[in-house]
Amino acid sequence: MAEKHGPHASEKGKQDEQIVRNVIIPRRHPGRWIALVVLGLLGIEIGRSLLQNPNFHWDVFLQYLFAPTVIAGVGWTLFLTVTAMALAIICAGALILMRESDNPILRTTAWLWIWFFRGTPLYTQLLFWGLFAVLFPRLSISVPFGPEIFGVPTNWIITASVAAILGLGLNESAYLAEIFRAGFKSISPGQTEAAQAIGMSRGRIWWRILLPQAMRTIIPPTGNETIGMLKGTSLVLAVPFTLDLMFATNAIANRIYLPVPMLMVAGFWYLVVTSVLMIGQYYLERHFGKGQDVTGGRHV
Amino acid sequence: MSRVPVVSLEGIHKFFGTVHALRGVDLSIDRGEVCAVIGPSGSGKSTLMRCINQLETISAGRVRVNGELQGYDERDGRFHVLPPRRIDAQRRKTGMVFQQFNLFPHKTALQNVIEGPIQVNRQRRAEAVRLGMGLLDRVGLSHLADRYPSQMSGGQQQRVAIARALAMEPEIMLFDEPTSALDPELVGEVLDVIKDLARNGMTMMLVTHEIGFAREVADHLVFMDQGCVVEHGKPLDLLDNPQHARTRAFLSKVL
Repeated sequence: MAEKHGPHASEKGKQDEQIVRNVIIPRRHPGRWIALVVLGLLGIEIGRSLLQNPNFHWDVFLQYLFAPTVIAGVGWTLFLTVTAMALAIICAGALILMRESDNPILRTTAWLWIWFFRGTPLYTQLLFWGLFAVLFPRLSISVPFGPEIFGVPTNWIITASVAAILGLGLNESAYLAEIFRAGFKSISPGQTEAAQAIGMSRGRIWWRILLPQAMRTIIPPTGNETIGMLKGTSLVLAVPFTLDLMFATNAIANRIYLPVPMLMVAGFWYLVVTSVLMIGQYYLERHFGKGQDVTGGRHV
Repeated sequence: MSRVPVVSLEGIHKFFGTVHALRGVDLSIDRGEVCAVIGPSGSGKSTLMRCINQLETISAGRVRVNGELQGYDERDGRFHVLPPRRIDAQRRKTGMVFQQFNLFPHKTALQNVIEGPIQVNRQRRAEAVRLGMGLLDRVGLSHLADRYPSQMSGGQQQRVAIARALAMEPEIMLFDEPTSALDPELVGEVLDVIKDLARNGMTMMLVTHEIGFAREVADHLVFMDQGCVVEHGKPLDLLDNPQHARTRAFLSKVL
């Protein structure tokens, strides 16, 4: 430390004792206290006006918060979100590989896919998937321009939930593909070159070198998309799919003529699920930030 | 053993669009030889080096490593592009060290070094770790094996990058301005490692701005300008008695 500069540089042990540490007085933050008081009062006042307001029907809210169709609705909404997101991630992974490949046919196909699914409204796509069985009554494998080998009625396969998942997932894949592309683009070309220089194959470079680094930039917007998807599931009534949270709470609201408490029930559960997803995102970000994000404590 | 050069470049041309970056370069590097390439920026020295391990595709000419034509199969006077797997295999024979280090930031020093041996050479993990620790020791960094690149100085990162390239046991090491991105006080530690490699008979090609170091370590010095080899020879001859006006002009600026 400062040992070379002291007058008794040779007496090292004594030196340490002679260092007089600066007495640091932290800055005062009166503004924080004022803000706390103001916001606290505001919060109490808003809370009171909400809780004591009879128009909110908190008794009804509590009565239906854990109603069986509501809980089942949470389950279905979560199921739709997870499966549609999984489908979207798989498709987007394939799309990004196609878009960055040397093969011009694959590149064009991926471009067209993204163009179409991003360019038409989700609601329209869901309606289309709902009508799929009407448009194509029979799904079959056949010789091109020839006889059918094997076939089944479409509505055996494209049920309401499958239609909902396909509609949500394929639409989402187009957005995710662009997010993934941005993630891969953010990596310096030197990373690929360094991996090529040790003779790694293209596939391994993608999987072991580029993907883990791209994940850092991919995760936050993908978390956004997942939360958007959670709430986007309320659109599946276009299919029509009638078991999700929004439909369940709406159905009760229409029956009891009290929309407000049922909207609060739906809002409550969407918040709960979003919070759980955010915890998951935190751990994913921490995992993929290894070696790159600053991990140490903040300097004061 | 017949005297096949480790690297031989025959009439290399390279166009970037309409820019004629390399204009017919011939060069060969023998086993155990250290070849240093100097020249002004934009003279094509880095491009030339990158052609050897196919980070750049050449527009004309032939690149051979140990006599094997790189990147193509030449039949009936035409060049058939090799499948990716053959190109990957050819690249394993050359190790490269970059100006910007290009360590994998999500992997520790040791993980950077053993990535190639495990993923490419299919070595057992324990064996690769032993090799990796040995190489880190050789560049004086075995005590930092578990550090991530962001936790190391530039000089330390570059030494890890050298260990990573050595782990593939290449026929030749290519150094692309390995000290240009370093703080002055860190240059020495990297040059010491390169000097040590030279003493141990490693075949090397070195693009550098460190003329003094080139003089000390190189067996063969090449001066390039505007995509051509202007002159080459023993370092002392070339530096003390340059034959061409362009060489004299360049040396007068850097020495």
